[in-house]
Amino acid sequence: MNLVLVGLNHKTAPVELREKLGGLVSDDEAAYSHLQGQPAVQEVLFYRTCNRVEVLCVTEDAPAATQQVKAFLARAPEVSPAELDASLYNYLDGEAVRHLFRVAASLDALVVGEPQILGQVKEAYRQATRNRATGAVLNRLMHKTFSVAKKVRTETGIGDHAVSVSYAAVSLGRKIFGNLAGKTALLVGAGEMAELALEHLKRQGVARFIIANRTLERGMKLARRFGGVAVSLEELEEQLLTADIVISSTGSDSHILTAGQVRGVMRRRKQRPLFLIDIAVPRDLDPRINDLDNVYLYNIDDLKEVVEHNLHRRREEAVKAERLVAEEALKFMDWLATLAVFPTIVSLREKAQAICQAELKKTLSQMGPLSEEQQQALKVLTHAVAHKLLHDPIMYLKNNHHRKRSRQELDLIRRIFNLDPESSS
Amino acid sequence: MGAFFSGLTLFAYFLASGLFLTFFLTQRKGLSHCGAWSMAVGLVNHTLAILAAILDQGLLAVATFNGALLVFAWALVAASLLAFWRHPIQVLGALVAPLAALIVSGSLIFPSRMGVVSPTLRSFWVYLHIILAFGGSAALTLAGLGGILYLLQERQLKNKNFGFFYRRLPSLEQLDALNYRCLTVGFPLLTGAIVTGSLYAQLTLGRFWSWDPKELLTLVAWLIYAVLLHERLAVGWRGRRAALMAIGGFLFLMITLVGANLWLSSYHSFAAFTQPP
Repeated sequence: MNLVLVGLNHKTAPVELREKLGGLVSDDEAAYSHLQGQPAVQEVLFYRTCNRVEVLCVTEDAPAATQQVKAFLARAPEVSPAELDASLYNYLDGEAVRHLFRVAASLDALVVGEPQILGQVKEAYRQATRNRATGAVLNRLMHKTFSVAKKVRTETGIGDHAVSVSYAAVSLGRKIFGNLAGKTALLVGAGEMAELALEHLKRQGVARFIIANRTLERGMKLARRFGGVAVSLEELEEQLLTADIVISSTGSDSHILTAGQVRGVMRRRKQRPLFLIDIAVPRDLDPRINDLDNVYLYNIDDLKEVVEHNLHRRREEAVKAERLVAEEALKFMDWLATLAVFPTIVSLREKAQAICQAELKKTLSQMGPLSEEQQQALKVLTHAVAHKLLHDPIMYLKNNHHRKRSRQELDLIRRIFNLDPESSS
Repeated sequence: MGAFFSGLTLFAYFLASGLFLTFFLTQRKGLSHCGAWSMAVGLVNHTLAILAAILDQGLLAVATFNGALLVFAWALVAASLLAFWRHPIQVLGALVAPLAALIVSGSLIFPSRMGVVSPTLRSFWVYLHIILAFGGSAALTLAGLGGILYLLQERQLKNKNFGFFYRRLPSLEQLDALNYRCLTVGFPLLTGAIVTGSLYAQLTLGRFWSWDPKELLTLVAWLIYAVLLHERLAVGWRGRRAALMAIGGFLFLMITLVGANLWLSSYHSFAAFTQPP
C-alpha cells in the first residue's frame, strides 16, 4: 500500500496556473467522482489553499496512480501539459506524509505560521468524507495531521511571529487600530506585493477596498477579485478621506503624496488615524508624512525591520517544528506498515480456526457421545493450543517487523504457513 | 477593625501589582485575570476599611489627609475595575495596582490627626461635593495613566521601534477610546463637584469663589479638560494631543490633592476642616 501526493504550490507555479487548477477542483462532487473512478486510486482527498492545489491518494500501484492524478489535473481548461508537468511535484509514502504535515502546520506556506491553512485542510477533509472518498488510511492520516498541526502550534512559537511584509503590515495595523474589521483599505498601484497584502487584510476582516491604479483595467480586475471599487490616481486625495489603511506600490519616480496634502486630508477627516504603507522603490510617499499627528507611515525597510526582529527566533522555532513533523511522519509510517501486516494476521487466525474446526469435527464424530461440558472442554483445548502457537508469530509481525524488509518478511511468513496455496504452487 | 481591613486591602493591591507586572513581562493572560480578581478582593476589603473608619469617626473620615488618600485609592480602583469591563486594557492594571498600593500605604503611614469636624461641613452638599470630586478625579486619573501608555506606544510606532513596549502595549485606538470614555465620565463629575462646592460656599460663606489655591488649580485642570473635550467633539482632536492634555490635567489634579495638605492657607486644607479636640 502506498501514499501518493501530487500538487503544485506558490514556489513551483505562477498564480495564473494555480487559479486555473483551483477552478478545476471547485466543484468537489464532480472532481471526487472522477478521481474515485480511477482504477489505481483507492482513497483520495484534495485540498486547495490560496497558494496550492494538492491531491493525496492511497493506492497499490503508485506510478499508475500518479499518472492518473496528473491526467486529472491536466483536464483543467487552458492548461498546457508541458507547463503543468514542469510545476507539479509528487511525493511518495513518508515524504507525502511529511509534506502533508508541513502544509497543515503552515511550515510550507508563503507566510510561515499563518493559521488559516489548517482550517482549509479541515474543510477539504470534510468535503472528502461527504463524498465518501476517504477510508481507513486517509481518515487516520488526516486526524493525525490535525493533531500534529495543533502540536506544532502549541509547542513551538511558529505562529507567534510576524513573518512576511504583508503579515507585518497586518500586525502593525492591529497596534494602531486594535482591530482591522470594518476598516477601509486603499490600494495605490496594483503590484503583486500589494495584492498579497490585500489578501491578508481581507482575511483580517477589512471591509472595503478601493484600488487606485494608473491603468484602470488592472485596477478593475483586482477590484472584482476582492470585491472593491476601482478609481483613477487623480482621485487619490479624495479617496484618502474614507481610507484607514493605504498601501502604495506604484512605479512612479516622484512622490505621489506630499506631507502638505496629507495634512489637509487629516483636518478634513477629523484626525482619524491613517496608516500608510509604502512598498514602492523608489518611494511613493513623502517621508515627512510620518511627522504628522495620527499618521503612521512605513516604507518597505521599516516593515522588514518588524520581520527581521523575529527572524532569528522564528528560525529556531521552525527547526523545532520540522523535527516534530518528521517524528510524527515516521510514527505514521510505522502504523501504515502494521496495517500491511493485518491481512496476514487475519489469514493466520482464519487458517488456525479452520484447522481447529475440522479437527474437532473429526474427533467428536469418532469419540461417541460426550456431555456438553466435555465437548466444550475439547473446543477450548484446541483453540488454546492454536492460539498459543500463533501468539509469537503474530506478535513478531506486529512489533518486530523491520521497516525496510517488511515485505520480504511478510512473504516468508506467508510461505511458511502456506497462506497463499495457489501462488506458492 | 479598620486597620485589619486596610492591611488586607494593602496585601491584595500589592499582590495585584505583582501579578500585573509579571503579566506585563511574560504576557500570560491568566496572570492579568488573577490580578483583576485580586484587585476586586482588595476593593471589597477597602470598602470595609472605609466603612469601619466612618463608623469610628463619622461620615467625614475623608477630612484628614490619610482619609482622603484612602477614599481616592478606592475610587481609582473601582473606576479601573469598571473600565476593565468595557476596555480590556490589562496593562493599565500594571499602573493602577501599584499606584493604589502606594496611596493606601501612604494613608496608613501618615499620622491620623482626627479632630472635631467643624459643623459647617456636616451637610449633604459637602458629601455630594466630595463624592463627585473623588469620582471625577478617579476617572480623569485613568485618562492620565492611559495617556502615558498612549505616548509610549505612539513613540514606538513613530520611531519604528518594534521591541519590548511595542509588543506589550495595547493598540492606540483602544487607548484613545479609554481617554475619551474617561473624559466623558470624569469631566461632568468634576464639573458637578465645582458647582456643588461653589453653591454651598455661597450658602455658608456668602461667596461662590474664594480664589483658594485648590480652587484655582482645579479650575486650571477643569479648563484643560474643557478645551480637550470641546476640541475632541468639534475638530476631532485625538491621539497624542489628547493624551498630553489628559496627562496635564491629571498633574494639576494630583497637585490639588497633595497640595491641599501642604498649603495651609487654603480653606480646603485638611487642617482647616477640623479643630483640635
